[in-house]
Amino acid sequence: MNNQVEPQHFEFDAIAEADVAKEIALYPPGKQASAVKTLLDIAQRQVGRETGSAWVPRVAMDVVAKRLGVAPIRVYENATFYTMFNAKPIGKYHLQLCTTTPCWLRGSDDIVSACKKISGANFGQTSADGLFTMTEVECLGACVNAPILQINDDYYEDLNAERTEALLNKLKGGEALPPPGSTIGRQASAPITNQTTLLPANGPAE
Amino acid sequence: MLNDFDRIYKNLYGQMDWRLESARARGDWEGTAEILAKGRDVIVEEVKASGMRGRGGAGFPTGLKWSFMPKQSDGRPSYLVVNADESEPGTCKDRDIIRHEPHKLIEGCLIAGFAMGANTGFIYIRGEYYNEAQRLQAAIDEAYAAGLLGKNAAGSGFDFELVLHRGAGAYICGEESAMLESLEGKKGMPRMKPPFPAAMGLYGCPTTVNNVETIAGVPTILRRGAAWFSALGRPKNSGTKIFCISGHVNNPCNVEEELGVPLKDLIEKHAGGVRGGWDNLQAIIPGGASAPVLNKEMCDTQLMDFDSLAAVKSMMGSGAIIVMDKSTDVVKAIWRLSKFFKHESCGQCTPCREGTGWMMRMMDRVVQNKASLADIGLLEQVTTQVAGHTICAFGEAASWPIQGMMRAFRPMVEQRTIDYQPPPAIPQAAE
Repeated sequence: MNNQVEPQHFEFDAIAEADVAKEIALYPPGKQASAVKTLLDIAQRQVGRETGSAWVPRVAMDVVAKRLGVAPIRVYENATFYTMFNAKPIGKYHLQLCTTTPCWLRGSDDIVSACKKISGANFGQTSADGLFTMTEVECLGACVNAPILQINDDYYEDLNAERTEALLNKLKGGEALPPPGSTIGRQASAPITNQTTLLPANGPAE
Repeated sequence: MLNDFDRIYKNLYGQMDWRLESARARGDWEGTAEILAKGRDVIVEEVKASGMRGRGGAGFPTGLKWSFMPKQSDGRPSYLVVNADESEPGTCKDRDIIRHEPHKLIEGCLIAGFAMGANTGFIYIRGEYYNEAQRLQAAIDEAYAAGLLGKNAAGSGFDFELVLHRGAGAYICGEESAMLESLEGKKGMPRMKPPFPAAMGLYGCPTTVNNVETIAGVPTILRRGAAWFSALGRPKNSGTKIFCISGHVNNPCNVEEELGVPLKDLIEKHAGGVRGGWDNLQAIIPGGASAPVLNKEMCDTQLMDFDSLAAVKSMMGSGAIIVMDKSTDVVKAIWRLSKFFKHESCGQCTPCREGTGWMMRMMDRVVQNKASLADIGLLEQVTTQVAGHTICAFGEAASWPIQGMMRAFRPMVEQRTIDYQPPPAIPQAAE
């Protein structure tokens, strides 16, 4: 089953090193283990920069353990406990679909179908072109803007099937990710029409 | 209806800039040093007098919680930890505070840290809020650059460091002791209590964990006075609260209202009403995933505050209101929450690890009309075997949605068992 090619070597690059030093310094002396999630994230982003697939190979976990002076198992258990660390390679765009009740009530089933249609992949799979990985996630915490699709770091909100397909087709066509947020031009979590409070005196600022 | 003047979060929707200059124009960081000059005890008493109760879910009186912190250090430092791991399904209020009013939160951290004798604060933000974390870090950097954090913070003579810590995807880290484990670099598994965090928390030191909305509200309370805050809302349920109205309403939104506001008013006035009108309402989950569901009859007269919701065996939780109209399969909606809890159980305690999966599979059968009346009784009985038998409150959180469904929708659930013919029992050989 596990036939992926595990890299034999990993070291933090210059961009990562700057972050690593800064992050470890945030915690009291002797408590540098607190930075384990951040270092795993930095490693995952670096692998993403280098290979186009953001995941954490075992060698990277070992480098993190060594840097923090903890047993490797302390890093492995973090990497498997927290859902945001990918233990195997993923596509360029990680489609994280929320299907929890608030999104489901607003039509997340349609978003799932649209993503399956365009990517050709099911949950837990990567599309044949290596572009999309589909993951079913639990509540993303943007429920009044449901349904939500998180692509890599960005939230796309107030979606429907049509806008989801258009978004993924753009990515397929080589375009970069559009700015995150509401796909219907809504001002954050305000009601789309008939705003009742905080009526803008100064107009939108963002 | 609450007047805009009495709203704490004037920039809830991000219509104005989030940066320091604009935040100052809204009154943030005004006279912070004078507030701290009143002294620790005065601040704690003022917060107690305001009646502020924790906005994260449990509703514990904030001033009282702060007063548990040691007055004299025994050599160990004290810590403030702010819970920004907003993961309760339906809840998205802290996200708005973080991205649109970050300076209210940062100033609140300084004041709360001072009031509990903590020179260091950690804000634990859920990992998925990447852009929000970038924004908050930028605001923290601004505050440091302006001398509002660090040595002699805001000219108060008090030193305060504030660190942003990103999670990495685990609902359970919103439980305060799991959060401390996670902050220490471990798996987020809740700790046995006692000892409580105020005695032995982060790194074994006295610690208080507060929700974002609780901390961010404190500066305004101290500026406008406890009497202002306690005059809003209802007795023992004072002040304002951000409600997140999602699901089958015409205009889903976040809105800050007084506690004790009628649920119907909240939805009709601010969220554009239930899709298809109030009479098309079937059910509402009033306080996030773990809050027991209410049927329409209950919703007609329900007030939104801690004690009014506890009186109907539900809870206000985080103020996340999930609305379902008549087209909804309520059993399936609750099943999806069971699936959520099964996914998010940390696996430490057997009743929860095994129970959440079992409850989800049984709910699956109810959804598919493949459960008998006896199965439903069994399911209800098993929820009581999970709740109260685990280290943290996750066991309750996973059981309550099902128990609530049984209370509010029993006839409907039983109706689904009528056509079910259980397969004949297969005789089993003795082992």
